[in-house]
Amino acid sequence: MSTPTQLQRGDVMLAVENVSLRFGGVKAITDVSFDIRKGEIRAIIGPNGAGKTSMLNVINGFYHPQEGKITYKGVKREKMRPFVAASQGIARTFQNVALFKGMTTLDNIMVGRTLKMKSPFFWQIWRHGPAMQEEVQHRRFVEEIIDFLEIEHIRKTPVGKLPYGLQKRVELGRALAMEPELLLLDEPMAGMNLEEKEDMCRFILDVSSQYGTTIALIEHDIGVVMDLSDRVVVLEYGRKIADGTPDVVKADQAVIDAYLGVGH
Amino acid sequence: MLYDVFVDPFVQMAQMPDLLVQTLWEGLVAGVLYALIALGFVLIFKASGVFNFAQGIMVVFAALTLVGLYEKGVPAFLALILTIGVMFILAWTTERVVLRPLVNQPDIILFMATFGLTYFLIGLGEFIFGGNTKTMITEQLFLPKGAIDVSMLGGRVTFQKLDIAAAVIAGAMVAGLAVFFQYTRIGRALRAVADSHKAALSVGISLNQIWVIVWFTAGIVALVTGIMWGARSDVSFGLQVIALKALPVLILGGFTSVPGAIVGGLIIGIGEKLGEFYWGPLVGGGIESWLAYLIALAFLLFRPQGLFGDKIIERI
Repeated sequence: MSTPTQLQRGDVMLAVENVSLRFGGVKAITDVSFDIRKGEIRAIIGPNGAGKTSMLNVINGFYHPQEGKITYKGVKREKMRPFVAASQGIARTFQNVALFKGMTTLDNIMVGRTLKMKSPFFWQIWRHGPAMQEEVQHRRFVEEIIDFLEIEHIRKTPVGKLPYGLQKRVELGRALAMEPELLLLDEPMAGMNLEEKEDMCRFILDVSSQYGTTIALIEHDIGVVMDLSDRVVVLEYGRKIADGTPDVVKADQAVIDAYLGVGH
Repeated sequence: MLYDVFVDPFVQMAQMPDLLVQTLWEGLVAGVLYALIALGFVLIFKASGVFNFAQGIMVVFAALTLVGLYEKGVPAFLALILTIGVMFILAWTTERVVLRPLVNQPDIILFMATFGLTYFLIGLGEFIFGGNTKTMITEQLFLPKGAIDVSMLGGRVTFQKLDIAAAVIAGAMVAGLAVFFQYTRIGRALRAVADSHKAALSVGISLNQIWVIVWFTAGIVALVTGIMWGARSDVSFGLQVIALKALPVLILGGFTSVPGAIVGGLIIGIGEKLGEFYWGPLVGGGIESWLAYLIALAFLLFRPQGLFGDKIIERI
């Protein structure tokens, strides 16, 4: 066990080695290895049921693989819970948007600050002293995110009432509020129209360049993936079939077969 | 007949306002206690999405522990503190043994698990403290006794001091909980957990910690309810059926609303007493026991989410 070290851009941030995940007899992931380097945008693609979301759930601590090793920031990870992953700087969004529907956009993003808020309980109850200062400070940060994502107009709207595209944006905002080092996005553009997709692409690129956040994303729109990402890993039936830059992956015969189908 | 139903009761109310005030007061006090029980349900329902069938027995168990410890020679206030400790252990154990292994299971499974918890607590309570009826240690806890008679409106109205204390304590408790939910980090985390478990987990909220806090809070509410209710009647296992009275309150107020539990409790309490006193004689009395359910039924027909419950928005 070594202590987490300060990573430079391009260093391996998260390494997945020979990971297998089973649900009873169903093999979701079989012997998959890949890494995510600091500062890059890493895409995970593959046909439906390839194990992409399972992979994200493993990284984020929702699932515990039966075999294999995961090293995060130089430390081998033991069986961990999602909130521990969160406290280590891993944030995520979900395929089917998981927001706090009854709460406003502002409150949703504020919840993302939970781990950053430390003031003693006693002060929080009275909304006074250190707690008030803290609240103001975090509120400022949240407002910056709201500005960044251009969602000022829905600040006070309960998110359950928002259209899908905006909900996805709020969800991204909540993940960003955690100031993550590693951001996992599960199909950030699913169900969006062209314009919304373009906006989302821009946000993802901006997050990467402005905050230097490392991003791993799952996406079905191959055009988007090839444009956005630095490196792509391709899964099929729970196995890795290709890994590399978009150009390399695009030319890979196994990938072409997986996507276009192949005569048997 | 119509006269008896629609006119006569109001004539009586106008003729004897002192009796009306007395009835309203009794309704109010009963309502406060209903509200307290309902509050215990709402807390747990909000945070873990489970209807905690064991809330009624938690009330009995808390009261029983308090009295039982006192009977075994522990000073009253120490017994109170110990009981609070016991409620914490109960919350922690429930989280560990019942909730944690059942994460992500359908709600009905969790609901059934709370049945199990109910019978476990009945068994444990009887085993340790015996099944006989006990008397609440009202005096030892410095709860006031006796009554204040006030002459007003041409008659006398009696206020039990204990009832006044119950109303004040319950009010303070509710205000405290409201502030806790609205303004604290933990409160916000609690509301977040109520909305989506996985999203809450992903932003670094520990579900386990939240559940312990919620069940502990519900345990404290149960203890207060147990003391107040036990002081009015006795402490026995029969007391757990009062939990059923919380059902109409919840339907009225909404399962997810703290203010709803309060207002619902008051409406049911006052409605019951007024109904019993003014309309009861028409059908030979005894309507107190079912009137609440009738009101709840009417609400289910016209406003299923309750007065203050979250409106059900669904995308198709």
